[in-house]
Amino acid sequence: MRRDDDLSGTIDWTTVFMYGALVLFGWLNIYAAVYDETHQSVFDLSLNSGRQLLFIVAAFLVAFVITIIDMRFYETFAYFFYGLILFLLLLTPVIGKEVGGNKAWIGIGSFGIQPSEFAKFITALAVGKFIGSVGFRMENLRSQFLLFVLIGLPMGLTFLQKDTGTALVFASFILVFFREGMSPFLLIVGICAAVIFILTLLVPDPTYLYVAIGAILVLLIVFDRRKKIKRIVTLTLAALMISGVIASVDYIVKDVLKPHQQNRVKALINPDADPLGFGWNVTQSKIAIGSGGFFGKGFLKGTQTKFDFVPAQSTDFIFCTIGEEHGWIGSTIVIGLFVAFLLRILFLAERQKNRFTRAYGYSVASIFFFHFVVNIGMTIGLVPVIGIPLPFFSYGGSSLWSFTILLFILLKLDAQRGHVLQRI
Amino acid sequence: MNEGRKEIFQLVFVLVGLTFIVKLFFIQVVDNHYAELANSNSILRQVEYPFRGLIYDRNRKLIVYNTPEFDLQIIVNDVKKFDSAKFCEVFNLTREELRLKFKELKSRKKEYSPVKPLRFIERLSNEDMARIEDRLDEFPGFYIQARTTRAYTSPALANALGYVSEISKTELKKDTTGIYRQGDYIGQSGIEAFYEEQLRGKRGVRFKLRNVKGIEKGSFNNGEYDTLSVPGQDLVSSIDLELQQYGEKLMKGKAGSIVAIEPSSGEVLALVSGPSYDPNLLTGKKYSSNFKTISSDTLKPLFNRPLMAQYRPGSIFKIVQALTALQEKVIIPETRIPCDRTIINCHGDHSFEDLQGAIANSCNPYFHNVLRRMLNQNKSTDTYEDTRLGLTEWDKHIKSFGFGTQLGIDLPNEKSGLVPTPELYDRAYHNKPWKFSNIYSIAIGEGENLVVPLQMANFAATVANRGFYYTPHLVKAIGKEGRPLHQYTLRHYTTVDSTYFKVAVSAMQQVVESGTGQWYAKLPDVIVCGKTGTVQNEPFPDHSVFIAFAPRDNPKIAISVYVENAGQGARAGASIASLMIERYLFKQTRRQYMEDYVLAGKFLD
Repeated sequence: MRRDDDLSGTIDWTTVFMYGALVLFGWLNIYAAVYDETHQSVFDLSLNSGRQLLFIVAAFLVAFVITIIDMRFYETFAYFFYGLILFLLLLTPVIGKEVGGNKAWIGIGSFGIQPSEFAKFITALAVGKFIGSVGFRMENLRSQFLLFVLIGLPMGLTFLQKDTGTALVFASFILVFFREGMSPFLLIVGICAAVIFILTLLVPDPTYLYVAIGAILVLLIVFDRRKKIKRIVTLTLAALMISGVIASVDYIVKDVLKPHQQNRVKALINPDADPLGFGWNVTQSKIAIGSGGFFGKGFLKGTQTKFDFVPAQSTDFIFCTIGEEHGWIGSTIVIGLFVAFLLRILFLAERQKNRFTRAYGYSVASIFFFHFVVNIGMTIGLVPVIGIPLPFFSYGGSSLWSFTILLFILLKLDAQRGHVLQRI
Repeated sequence: MNEGRKEIFQLVFVLVGLTFIVKLFFIQVVDNHYAELANSNSILRQVEYPFRGLIYDRNRKLIVYNTPEFDLQIIVNDVKKFDSAKFCEVFNLTREELRLKFKELKSRKKEYSPVKPLRFIERLSNEDMARIEDRLDEFPGFYIQARTTRAYTSPALANALGYVSEISKTELKKDTTGIYRQGDYIGQSGIEAFYEEQLRGKRGVRFKLRNVKGIEKGSFNNGEYDTLSVPGQDLVSSIDLELQQYGEKLMKGKAGSIVAIEPSSGEVLALVSGPSYDPNLLTGKKYSSNFKTISSDTLKPLFNRPLMAQYRPGSIFKIVQALTALQEKVIIPETRIPCDRTIINCHGDHSFEDLQGAIANSCNPYFHNVLRRMLNQNKSTDTYEDTRLGLTEWDKHIKSFGFGTQLGIDLPNEKSGLVPTPELYDRAYHNKPWKFSNIYSIAIGEGENLVVPLQMANFAATVANRGFYYTPHLVKAIGKEGRPLHQYTLRHYTTVDSTYFKVAVSAMQQVVESGTGQWYAKLPDVIVCGKTGTVQNEPFPDHSVFIAFAPRDNPKIAISVYVENAGQGARAGASIASLMIERYLFKQTRRQYMEDYVLAGKFLD
């Protein structure tokens, strides 16, 4: 039996080093993004870089505190925290202050915190606890329904704060459900829907899509050697369903999405259509990254990010600074580091002996993955502009702390994995 | 049942990472287009306009300098709501004009950008600026851009100086040097055009980094690619500004010209064209409206008469005839010819003069006879052929005085005048034969002869120099201590020996002392040599011509005066010339009555 206080030997230092590297490189990029020859002090609190340094120190403290708390605390109080955060999320629109069009912040002095950021790890704990509970069976429809309620509540409340980006992050839990045994059907339907969604936007008139689907259906039926009635009916039904999806997507895009959201989606498909209008973010972001070349312009030498061509360059578009100043080499290293980090979390999750910790580990991986894909994807024009931060890189205390807590709870759970009874 | 799902996760993570890396490779390494876009985004190529060279007079008095003018620029995105009534008041616009300005701004399709500074109001003057400066902060999004324009210390010399204006689209297309860009200033006429190369200087370029708002953020690569602007070279003009102003005063209300030259150098001392205009009218904001008024004036103030007006020279041409005849040895100074007024009319009381007397009395029959001797030297038995040979010979001499060709003064648009040639008469008579009796009026400077006032003054200088001239020029030094252009340092000799010039000099002295010019051209304390001319201009009054130089020995000034429709050369021409000579040599007007006479301008009474 291991001793409870034997931390140094059991905590996964590889992950801690990766975390440290990401945070350090992230801070350097914020420093570069806001760098100005007149403000050279590293500790200048009027600058994002100075404040971020403060946030980092606080994050280290938080990480330390997490690792000295016993792991049972997290599992025990998971639902309590979950209730608390739902309450805070409900409260936010009432007492929150408006930042950039979103009422997602609660002000404490001059700093603000974003409850939706903390909702991520709390929901992860709650999901983990639910999946890890005695008698949980993924095949059970009721269990599945409850899981979706579990992630749907914070998601919906975040949507209400008009913080679409953070709300979408909760969708990443579907990956966890998949890992824990949910049929891939939902995932495949989701991916198909996304593909159809994009296709609907790409093709100016949905009629073409209907014709194409009809043609594919006819071809499938004609070349089907068995020609069973049942199969034909299934195919026809599928085609009709897809057409229905197209019709609804067309309706959603044209009548439900707000103009700025429509534009973000349109910018993804053709950013050059209006480079100074709705395509501005994506165009400028790609210019900044593209101008970096192979080796980059060098630390603090970026012109596009430094001179505000890229909007939100120290927060959501921080990757532009990496692309511009460190070039393809630097970007590849960062992406490589992220992928290694994600794989490491998968490894940690897989070596857990209890379902709670494994589900939690997959939640951590899925959340980081979602941020990684969406954030970098949007800066290079592969994903629509959705305002979510790049973990450890984007400026902001709330997101850094929430990612730190998210990660270090896993590390703590992992460190104490020998203490739990095998429940799998 | 969950076998393999872990691997799916790993695969997806790695694939996404690889997708990003590949996409980045295309954006960053394969496609250069983004780097160019980034440069045009953030590197501002800022042209630094050079100062145009200054122009001084021969006494180093400043004539032309640069004065700041201001453009109002707008950055559309920075404009906040403002009080349009106040704006109109500050910028002196009507509401309608303001509306049009904004409309026009939007119509500049290619140039238009909401984040770049665009020109909104052009050419605000210093006075405008004084009013605007304090109140500009009431209108965010509007900025002032300074550059310089020309200004003049006196309203004189407009035609010789020329003017500067923004280069036109057609000029820009024609420009093969690649020096000019849209919006550049270029000399349009006069010295400004002729010495454009020296005056314009070299544009500097500064590469500046700027942020998304177009606000400068320091130099690019520490100014490694920047070049400083080089100011244009200053010019020292040969013009005596004081004399020029005096000449313009005398020519007020008259059409014609005064050209004064320093014979020993060919430097032009004064170049008066009447009527003229104030060069300050063709600078700054009012350029286009004033240009329209001035260029449509029926008296043609933009027409530079000393160089462009081609007149018949009249009797002053008798000196030229005398010199060529002496050189051809068809007469000697003592040759006497009766004043036979049945051949050609004459005036004054004389009947049988020698050369000097004929010049002093401007005897027409004498020179009719002289030209006959010139043209019919019996080199051929055929009269027609003989005249042709004589005229060819005559041409050679006349042209050596600089008549019939552009002298090559350092101003554009110089006219060449006309010296009749056998070919000209062949054309005029449709290839039918012609002889002396057909063309004799050229003997007295009438007929087909055409000269410009500059050539007349140059001729006076040639006589003053006893046989040679320097090409007249207005710039005596390029750069403050420099030299004139090489072509202005060369002597041009006529085909007539200098000994014959001595005869012409004493004849011209006699014109002033006791001949036709005695009343108006004679000056105390200095020997003036001159010749009057009265050019027929039926049905209008005659043109009044006078050429002169002084002092007789070591001449300091040679001059030609041409006053249109002012009657006898002995009056308007001689009086103006003598006043100019007096002003130049003695720096004062000693005969106030003469000045009053000229200013009154009633030469025909």
